[in-house]
Amino acid sequence: MTPTETLTGKRHRTDVNPMRVLTLKMDGQDVSAREDETLLTVARQNGIRIPTLCHLNGLSERGACRLCIVEIKGQARLAAACVTLARQDMEVSTRSPRVLEFRRRILELIFSERNHICAVCVSNGHCDLQDLAVELGMTHVRYEYMYPRHEVDASHPRFSVDHNRCVLCLRCVRVCDEVEGAHTWDIMRRGIAARVITDMNQPWGTAASCTGCGKCVEVCPTGALSEKGRSVAEMKKGREFLPYLQMMRRDELH
Amino acid sequence: MTMTLEELQGIARIEQDRQGGFSHHVNVCIAAGCLSCQSGQVRAAFEKEVARRGLENWCQVKGVGCLGLCTAGPLVAVEPAGTLYQNVAVGDVPELLDALGASPVARLDAADHAGFFERQRKIVLENCGRIDPERIEDYIAEEGYQALYQALRGMSPREVIDQVTVSGLRGRGGAGFPTGLKWTTVAKAPEGEKYVICNADEGDPGAFMDRSVLESDPQRVLEGMAIAAYAVGASRGYLYVRAEYPLAVKRLRTAIAQAERLGLLGRDIFNTPFGFEVKVRLGAGAFVCGEETALIASIEGRLGRPRPRPPFPAEFGLWGRPTLINNVETFANIPPIIRKGGEWFAGIGTAKSKGTKVFALAGRIRNTGLIEVPMGTPLREIVFEIGGGIPDGRRFKAVQTGGPSGGCIPEQFLDMPVDYESLAQVGSIMGSGGMIVMDDSSCMVDVARFFIEFCMSESCGKCAPCRVGTAQIHHLLAKITRGAGRPADLTLLEELCDLVRHTSLCGLGQTAPNPVMSTLHYFREEYTAHIEERRCLAGTCRAASLEEAL
Repeated sequence: MTPTETLTGKRHRTDVNPMRVLTLKMDGQDVSAREDETLLTVARQNGIRIPTLCHLNGLSERGACRLCIVEIKGQARLAAACVTLARQDMEVSTRSPRVLEFRRRILELIFSERNHICAVCVSNGHCDLQDLAVELGMTHVRYEYMYPRHEVDASHPRFSVDHNRCVLCLRCVRVCDEVEGAHTWDIMRRGIAARVITDMNQPWGTAASCTGCGKCVEVCPTGALSEKGRSVAEMKKGREFLPYLQMMRRDELH
Repeated sequence: MTMTLEELQGIARIEQDRQGGFSHHVNVCIAAGCLSCQSGQVRAAFEKEVARRGLENWCQVKGVGCLGLCTAGPLVAVEPAGTLYQNVAVGDVPELLDALGASPVARLDAADHAGFFERQRKIVLENCGRIDPERIEDYIAEEGYQALYQALRGMSPREVIDQVTVSGLRGRGGAGFPTGLKWTTVAKAPEGEKYVICNADEGDPGAFMDRSVLESDPQRVLEGMAIAAYAVGASRGYLYVRAEYPLAVKRLRTAIAQAERLGLLGRDIFNTPFGFEVKVRLGAGAFVCGEETALIASIEGRLGRPRPRPPFPAEFGLWGRPTLINNVETFANIPPIIRKGGEWFAGIGTAKSKGTKVFALAGRIRNTGLIEVPMGTPLREIVFEIGGGIPDGRRFKAVQTGGPSGGCIPEQFLDMPVDYESLAQVGSIMGSGGMIVMDDSSCMVDVARFFIEFCMSESCGKCAPCRVGTAQIHHLLAKITRGAGRPADLTLLEELCDLVRHTSLCGLGQTAPNPVMSTLHYFREEYTAHIEERRCLAGTCRAASLEEAL
């Protein structure tokens, strides 16, 4: 795992010894882990499903979408599984009613934030956000939709960005910086007004740093980033390149 | 240049002699509050008039830090008579000079505010209003840098930390984490480059404690930081000040330059191998940069957004190195603790909250200003004795502590002692020391809406619950104050508060619902009046829009 949210991955946590192994309990099941493994990694190794949105194998962790929250016995605060390291004798509960309820509500909040209208979306049927709604049993949104007015930037010859469908997971920012090394994507403004930008908020088509590799489009969980020429439900994403790059990078780090 | 104790005492003696040579001292407050009502011109007028009368060797005119009673500025203190003049204008200067050595000018005398001063006990603010913040000699004359000398030459780092631990000092930034424990953690981190950071990114609405300390007594904070650096094994420090405090920044820079010139900062301080250098870093206006991990990111030149903890800064802080972060007021408490011993400090305050606390009194209160009281002082005493009560014959309704992370404390808790535990018990927090008093003309729903609006616009936007949750809460409260609320909205509101509080990434989101939850708890009838009767009990939410909604 990359140390903090430092995008370059060059700095390492000093409180972790990757040589040590330990055991802990997850949902009552005894599991083993290395000290540098997160609860999310351990869960996935043991077939325990924890929903995630901002997390993507091969990119640094942010701990930002909060969908992977879990309960740890003896700890008042809920912890994000993607950024919490396994510890000896920890007792983790990934599916308590409270956690499941919180996850569903967070997802409702995300849906209420922008204009996620699946029926007219290029990613309909291939969308992580949509899948999450099904998985978490989110049948409706009880919060009022905010209906913000966001632009579509289709200035790039091959791709387009529709901010109405962006969930601010910053996968695009991370893949562009950490894997492609271009750092075309970044974020501007704060809070509810935050949005992703290319270069210094220039139209994507004029962003000099963009190599046109398309990795950002492939990692985008929704239809916010898409290839041009795709119609409704036609935008399938391919993330096969990431595990390979992740492996390469792990060799580099050790 | 390195300084010896003799030289330090020499500077103090020369300065004391110089000041003792004057028969009268005219101390004009030049902190931001008084400066904004032209105390700079008053000071210049005094200097000019004194020079015109040829009294330069008889009367000293000095610019000093905050005198506390900000509501009545510009303030002028006359020593040794001990008179405080309020609302002084340039035209009053000749009359005030005539009165030196005679009876004070009754018209401007602030004697009726005696209650404001009597009940205070000053440790952090002991030099505020007494020394010239732009002259290090003034600070040295008041035992300045004695504590640093004592620590460097007479104590091991362990002994310094022990004194801080014994003192029971807790972080004055808001959370109240034991300072001694924090220092121990950083001291125990493996040797190598470590950092000390002073968090001066004070951002709570209505709070100005740190600003006043930096504007009035900047050297004290530097001395506290240097002692901390020695204790934890750091040699570099950063002062993270918000750019909205230009005067504090200017005085800090002057203070750092003066301390460096005298060898009190820099290499081989007091002929020991210990060196410490301090740099000022400016915050660009984001409230969230007061959160320690966001602050560190900002110093590093990255986006000021919090990251998940652990790892804590004590282990993995600035540039990945062990880092000690304390608030301005915490550092300002350190020199007296070292000078007088931890036991002395532990003798003040309550069982679990030691020492004093500086509060910024604001809102619907007669004596707006800066106060320092021992921990455990009853709220009633602060509001009614020191603060002088509510003006215009109105009724006290609530006091808001802890800024956007705090809560509103209603009248029934007025006799509660002000300390960390008691405030937490009634659903508020100590916070950094903002205290906003509200009377019956304040609508509590609107107060909650104001604070959540603040959190919404200051949320960094990284985690979903805080980014969207605060916006949704604000939307609901705006709806209610507009008179368009429905009974179901209250349930939704409570549900959202619970969600944002428990699932947000950092302290901003985790505490953002506090003002809403505490007003819902203590002033629920105001919410229901808005919803069911379309009526604002305080009469501030515009009647027109309420009727419109009907």
